[in-house]
Amino acid sequence: MIRGAVRFIDQRTSSAPLLRKGLRYLFPDHWSFLLGEVALYAFVVLVGTGIFLTLFYDDSTSSVVYHGSYKPLEGQEMTHAYKSVLDLSTVVKPGLLMRQTHHWAANVFIVAIILHLLRVFFTGAYRKPRELTYWIGLVMLMTTLLEGYIGYSLVDDLLSGMGLAIGYGVALSIPFVGANLASLIWDGPFPGGPAFFPRMFITHVLFLPVLIGTLLAIHLLLVTMKHHTQFRDARGQTERKVVGVPAFPGQAPRSLGLFLITAGVIFLLGGLAQINPIWLWGPFHTYASTNGAQPDWYLGWLIGALRLVPGWDLVVANRTVIPNPFWGGVLFPLVVFGFAFLWPFLERRITGDYAFHNVLDRPRDAPLRTAVGMGVVTWVFIVFLAGSADRVTVALGFDYETQIWVYRVLVWIVPLLVAGLAYRVCVELQGIDRVEHDRQQAEAV
Amino acid sequence: MSRVRDLVVSGAVVLVSKLAPRPRPPRERVVPPGEPSPRAELLAIGLLGLGSVCSLAFIAAYALDRLGGQTQLMGLALGLAFVAFGTAGIVIARHLVVTEELSEDYGPEEHPEEQETIAALVEDSSSRLTRKRLFKLSLFGAGATLGAALLAPLASLGPVLDLDRFVASPWRRGTRLVGEDGRPLRAADIEERTFYTAFPEGADREAMAASLVVVRLPPGSLNLPPANTGYDAGGIVAYSKICTHAGCAISLYRTPLYAPADPAPALVCPCHYSTFDPATGGTVTFGPAGRKLPMLPVFVDGRGELRARGTFDDPVGPSWWGVRSRDARPRAPQ
Repeated sequence: MIRGAVRFIDQRTSSAPLLRKGLRYLFPDHWSFLLGEVALYAFVVLVGTGIFLTLFYDDSTSSVVYHGSYKPLEGQEMTHAYKSVLDLSTVVKPGLLMRQTHHWAANVFIVAIILHLLRVFFTGAYRKPRELTYWIGLVMLMTTLLEGYIGYSLVDDLLSGMGLAIGYGVALSIPFVGANLASLIWDGPFPGGPAFFPRMFITHVLFLPVLIGTLLAIHLLLVTMKHHTQFRDARGQTERKVVGVPAFPGQAPRSLGLFLITAGVIFLLGGLAQINPIWLWGPFHTYASTNGAQPDWYLGWLIGALRLVPGWDLVVANRTVIPNPFWGGVLFPLVVFGFAFLWPFLERRITGDYAFHNVLDRPRDAPLRTAVGMGVVTWVFIVFLAGSADRVTVALGFDYETQIWVYRVLVWIVPLLVAGLAYRVCVELQGIDRVEHDRQQAEAV
Repeated sequence: MSRVRDLVVSGAVVLVSKLAPRPRPPRERVVPPGEPSPRAELLAIGLLGLGSVCSLAFIAAYALDRLGGQTQLMGLALGLAFVAFGTAGIVIARHLVVTEELSEDYGPEEHPEEQETIAALVEDSSSRLTRKRLFKLSLFGAGATLGAALLAPLASLGPVLDLDRFVASPWRRGTRLVGEDGRPLRAADIEERTFYTAFPEGADREAMAASLVVVRLPPGSLNLPPANTGYDAGGIVAYSKICTHAGCAISLYRTPLYAPADPAPALVCPCHYSTFDPATGGTVTFGPAGRKLPMLPVFVDGRGELRARGTFDDPVGPSWWGVRSRDARPRAPQ
């Protein structure tokens, strides 16, 4: 049976040598190497559930009066887009399960990507010869953030409409071309022309998924071309020799198991943990908004930045030159991603290390990188926290304006403190390692 | 009888031996042998069975509309099916597949000879060209112009150069203010310490310059700058409802109902908490907005209904490059 199938394929494709090599491809083993795999599996769940959702979504923003099964919204004027998602959530079986699973999968996808990125950064996995893999990963992360934002904007509930308004404000703030660009994207001024939602829809279900899928394929191809990195432990890894479990039979059931468990956990979340109950938000109107509005968590750093920046517009002779949303909505993410893109160059310049690296650092092995990375992560995290100050006001009663002033100071001080502390901890850990090493040497003698 | 039996048995043996695979010459194992692990095998089979039961339970939950909490049951069944199958995979990986740890070379860091050949190939192939710089320039020009030509149709996506619509306003002198129910707003109905959303009568409510937030301020608290003198109608002031920061609707009116009645009443946007003072012409008192809230001059007509005296004193909504703004500097709260 097996021999017959292999012979059939090999005789027609000559792929047996490649297949044999592929089956014996080695996977270095460490739990943290699975984070990227989890992201991949969440993407598969996203595509699967997303296909189901596209079959029920209506991208029209023409107006309709709701007479459906959800009585609290009876008689309300809304767009066909919102009504179709409402019907999907209340009438279609198993529409709510699929929609919630899709939303949860997006969250798991982005969490996994970010943890994977942190692992890659703090172990120095991005170093030569793997910079291309790293940069493509960063592009995928940016694409994914946009994809998530468009995804929940398509629902056209009150919260997503507010998100689009902010996106429009940020687009307008881009120097020189902001208004023209926004006019192109929105098909006119906000809330946009009739072409806007169909454009978002095709972007969300075709352009960006195909882009992410293509980048993903290149990302994985690049990983296999140079083999995976590895930690050095007692198993004899060196810069020249990779030690790992072969794809088949060792890795295959493990990866398949991880895929199925990831999918299972996401479906359990989708079935049991409510997410984005859009029927509670109601339809969007430009003149309506709700208090305590929060975007999906992965845009929390941007809303934090928009809230934290003081009210500065760059104004020349009574004409606005650079409007305020530019600082938090464009400049801040540009700086963060710019740092991530440029860091491999910066590190090489600082350390003078131009060598090939297949063996990973532990964070303590590179105190400078760990300190700089912790500083940037803390910076972004404090901005993220500032975005939740309104929830703190509601929950604990702290004055909102005072909190923002505190954050405006902390956001510059705490990252420096954390970076300094991280550097110190790395150096101390190195010292402990040396003492331990000397003791073992002495015992051996 | 026994002959018949012998015949049947020998026939069966021949048949089975024909069906059975031919013996192969012994070969070297690719994967090293390992001890059988009957308990793990049983566990894996059990998990596969459990997953199948859960899969069927999902179909049942899908089909039976009488069940309450169908979404939860379907999610539970499908999720558990995946988890059971996945756990079976992990059991197989850990206990039923021989754990091999192999090593091999990372492969060459680079291929200097191949690199050299490729470079030489490109160089040699252009040896007949004499005006290399001009050639490169024209190639660059070809690429750039073709790229520009292919991108030009993107301008059809929207009215790219026509920004008049960004400053268009449905408000004219005499336009009546109507509430969310479509009825005219009567000055006598406007109370203090709450806000009203208003629209121009008969206009598209979703346009950015349409919606208003209308409040009545306590007598004597009004402190409008000279440019806005006469914009209020006896303590009633009207502002654009769209925040000048990022375009959300202003739907918070912070006005303490008990002592200390401080800070003063303020209009707040819930998106980024830009805070505007309705008593001073909509100046920014806190938050990221860089520009005051546009104010609409209103008056009370002979029937006691509110009407616009003209359009806003400043462009509505978030700013863009070059938009004119009268008062960009936030002022200290009064």
